[in-house]
Amino acid sequence: MILPLTLDDVSYSSGGQPIISGVSLSIEAGPSTIILGANGAGKSVLMRLMHGLLSPTAGTIRWHETAARRRQAMVFQRPVMLRRSALANVEYALRLAGLAAGERQRQALAALDEVGLRDVAARPARVLSGGEQQRLALARAWALHPEVLFLDEPTANLDPGATREIETVIRAFDAAGTKIVMATHNLGQARRLGDEVIYLHRGQVLERAAIDRFFPQPSTAEAAAFIKGEVPWA
Amino acid sequence: MGAIGEGLQRIFQLDLELWRIVALSLEVSLSAVILATALGLPLGALLAVKRFPGRRGVIVVLNALMGLPPVVVGLLIYLLLSRAGPLGELGLLFTPGAMVLAQTVLVLPIIAALARQALDDSWREYEEQLRSLGAEGASAALTLIWDARFSLVTAVLAGLGRAAAEVGAVMIVGGNIDGVTRVMTTAIALETSKGDLSLALGLGVVLIAIVLALNATAQLVKDAAQRRFG
Repeated sequence: MILPLTLDDVSYSSGGQPIISGVSLSIEAGPSTIILGANGAGKSVLMRLMHGLLSPTAGTIRWHETAARRRQAMVFQRPVMLRRSALANVEYALRLAGLAAGERQRQALAALDEVGLRDVAARPARVLSGGEQQRLALARAWALHPEVLFLDEPTANLDPGATREIETVIRAFDAAGTKIVMATHNLGQARRLGDEVIYLHRGQVLERAAIDRFFPQPSTAEAAAFIKGEVPWA
Repeated sequence: MGAIGEGLQRIFQLDLELWRIVALSLEVSLSAVILATALGLPLGALLAVKRFPGRRGVIVVLNALMGLPPVVVGLLIYLLLSRAGPLGELGLLFTPGAMVLAQTVLVLPIIAALARQALDDSWREYEEQLRSLGAEGASAALTLIWDARFSLVTAVLAGLGRAAAEVGAVMIVGGNIDGVTRVMTTAIALETSKGDLSLALGLGVVLIAIVLALNATAQLVKDAAQRRFG
């Protein structure tokens, strides 16, 4: 088990602008964690730091095990697909993960099944609809059997129908024992999918609470204002 | 203007001299472009993907080399291959091999620099996803080349156009020897100065037709790929 993930006084700045400031927290196996905050609060950067796409400018990020890189996956706001079939996109990820050639197709097809894309396996990935591409991104992650799945606003560009389908797949990950860490500013989605909330405000963690305590009784004025739909920095 | 008609006649009557020259031209330029592509695409892709000190400098030099004058390349390869030169032992001077070498050097920066530009854009789009999946360095570069293969056709064609059209390099290292190293451009230059305009014009028409056909094909391939793969 690569969890827990420990962040110790982590900061990240870009071009002299602090984006994440002194964040210390620990991500444990089990409850689905929602990173909540307004646009520009630093949610995406925090997720990229955790996933290892960015290096902190100060502080340390430590997984419980050292070989954690391959046992986590990330799904981005805008799915990036290669110019090849849906199936080949999943197989590509499996090849990078070091899976033997004979095993790839079977696992990739199983992953497409899981997200309901078996029928379009042979279609070029980049001509699929936005919702289908995002489900394909989830299938690509599913095939890797990650212990942790990071999701960065996975439904921000999608209509309600596609959003429901994505949320169904995310629940399946959770049911299969994958730890979910998802950034969103969609409160309904946070309630539907999350067990606990990390509330981020201007690059700092202001609150961390169970979901059914956070929404009725946020303990900071900023979080309360965010929940009410006000603009906290006004 | 009788020369134009005579030139066209020589094309359609399958004038042996004319078509031998055309065949050698294609052989030399295509060989050079294949070599330059094999080296240039990986070089361009690595420059797009890797971050290292001096990268910007390398890109500036590469872009500048796109404008390398063919006669200068010819001169350098001539010095390299001449009997007293470091590669003189090979006895390549005044052979088609020397012409391939010179055109490869001429075309390599064009293909590498144009590929780098095209792949820079792809990399911006793909970087986070590919790194997340564990593709970095050479592995990411190969993925980029394959994924952008249809846009890279443009870079390769620019190289081929340059190779097919240049006179200076092949003239110096090939020597324009009749039946051995005479290609379309050197023949046109020579025949024009001799006054044999019909052969020069015939070759000119063939040269233009080849370049047009290649570009039209490439465009069709690109459009079809765009529709199919998005």
